[in-house]
Amino acid sequence: MSRVDVDRVSKRYGQVVALDEVTITFADGEFFGLLGPSGSGKTTLLRAIAGFVIPDRGTIAFDGEQVESVPVHRRDIGMVFQNYALFPHLTVADNIGFGLDVRHVDRSDRERRLADLLALVRLAGFGARKPRELSGGQQQRVALARALATRPRVLLLDEPLGALDRRLRQEMQVELRDIQRETGVTTIFVTHDQEEALTLSDRIAIINEGRLVQVGAPVEIYERPRSLFAARFLGDANILRGTVVDRSTLRLADGTLILSALPAAPVAIVRPEKIAVLPAAAPAAGNVLVGEILQAVYSGASTTYRIRVAALGDEPLLAFVQSASGDVLTPGAPVLARWSPEQTVPLQG
Amino acid sequence: MRRLSHAYLGLVLAFLYLPILVMVAMAFNRSALYELPFTFDLVWFRALADNQRLLAASWNSVWIAACNAVIATFLGTLAAIAFARYSFRGKQLMQLLLFPPITIPWLIIGTSMLIFFFWTGIGRGLHAILLGHVALSLPYVIVVVGARLQSFGPTLEEAAATLGATPVQTFLRVTLPMIAPGVVTAALFAFAVSFDQFVISYFLAPPGTSTLPVEIYTAIRKGFTPEINAVSSIIIVISMGLMLAVARNYRFGGD
Repeated sequence: MSRVDVDRVSKRYGQVVALDEVTITFADGEFFGLLGPSGSGKTTLLRAIAGFVIPDRGTIAFDGEQVESVPVHRRDIGMVFQNYALFPHLTVADNIGFGLDVRHVDRSDRERRLADLLALVRLAGFGARKPRELSGGQQQRVALARALATRPRVLLLDEPLGALDRRLRQEMQVELRDIQRETGVTTIFVTHDQEEALTLSDRIAIINEGRLVQVGAPVEIYERPRSLFAARFLGDANILRGTVVDRSTLRLADGTLILSALPAAPVAIVRPEKIAVLPAAAPAAGNVLVGEILQAVYSGASTTYRIRVAALGDEPLLAFVQSASGDVLTPGAPVLARWSPEQTVPLQG
Repeated sequence: MRRLSHAYLGLVLAFLYLPILVMVAMAFNRSALYELPFTFDLVWFRALADNQRLLAASWNSVWIAACNAVIATFLGTLAAIAFARYSFRGKQLMQLLLFPPITIPWLIIGTSMLIFFFWTGIGRGLHAILLGHVALSLPYVIVVVGARLQSFGPTLEEAAATLGATPVQTFLRVTLPMIAPGVVTAALFAFAVSFDQFVISYFLAPPGTSTLPVEIYTAIRKGFTPEINAVSSIIIVISMGLMLAVARNYRFGGD
């Protein structure tokens, strides 16, 4: 269990900047998600912490002790690879016990630890199997148990659930979360799946082009994104552009005024689920845009509306509406889209 | 169409194996002049057992082939790992240069080795033959072991490192078990390459010593006896056994 400090770490591959002055602290026992598009540098950062990537500049420290010159095998980490990288020639037990064996842990300790780990990942009785005899979810759990066997200081997960189908992924997310809580190990995982990042993480860092875009708790990043990139990468966002009139007012191109509780900025967003879609005649206060339904996609629990709004030009307004009444508005219907000033999020970048 | 292709394949195999079968049959025929009817007899194998020159040459061949298999497999495996897992200057060129020697006629390679060994003072002898065979076998070993290394990425080795395995432990516990089928196959190949090698051995053998193929050639020039059939039959059994082992092993090794 350790704190991990990454301080001004940079890494280039030829002309490509993979990491650009990245500074971030992973707190002891934290479950931390690195989220970003492919090629954003998130995997490079994970591999730098693991020791596979040597930074050009900057330092990485575990509990204050610098590790850049410590080779991978002496960093005392655990890692789960994207395709698990289980040793196909070894049994499940020998895979999990691998880290103990190379450390020459004595036999009775090894067996005891092995039994604990098999129980932890609900694979008791599977010790004698070979990895290829297991399902994807089971292989994933073996990889996790193997990474945890040596009680690493940091657990690194590289797209750990990427190879599983949706159903299994959701199950494993819960399980991963529980196991992390139980062991309390500082965990850093890489993903491009926003839902996974939101569900699992204590904190998230959004990475793009080798830089940290925003770091914070999932609710903080989702509710108060600071940049357009963060707003669009995590969830959907309606973008409002205009000129700032005063501390709390933004004027759109057509003159419509948008109120915000936070200090106004030239660009603001509003999340689709914050918007109420009302019949044209309904009384409405707060921010109100007049428009007409362009498209309605009913998906059971909610309906996704695309609304043509004159104030926004060509870009339709996106609204997710819970199916409380069970009525679905049809395309062409005139509507009011309404949200309160607290839900307008002015962006800084 | 199916029957036709079957018949065609049958013909191809017959073309390959009939001469060999005739030779093996004649090894067991009593007549020295290939007279029929066929009379089963082990007379030529008994004659062979008394032929000291042929036996000494056989022993040399087996000994050289075995040493060659060990040395070439060891060196070749290390080279294959370097090619597959490390990047260094001139790697591509070096990999490219591995293959031409396979296609250069043995006569030319044999001549150049003779000249080179003479010039450097290595001279002729069993040691020179072994040296030549190792050089000749290396590309085969590197290709066979390399293919096996390519079949799994470096991720398994990385996983071992994250679990605390030193590079040596990683090699012994992960890389070596994973490439073992390839290494065994490469060793069998190297043995076969050396055991069957004639030209280089012929050029590098000092007077009075020789390997089995060289001795057979010499014997044929002096006058053909069915003893040659007998010894050839033994070689065929050994060679085919090796190749069958390779085939079996490689299928076992494939993923």
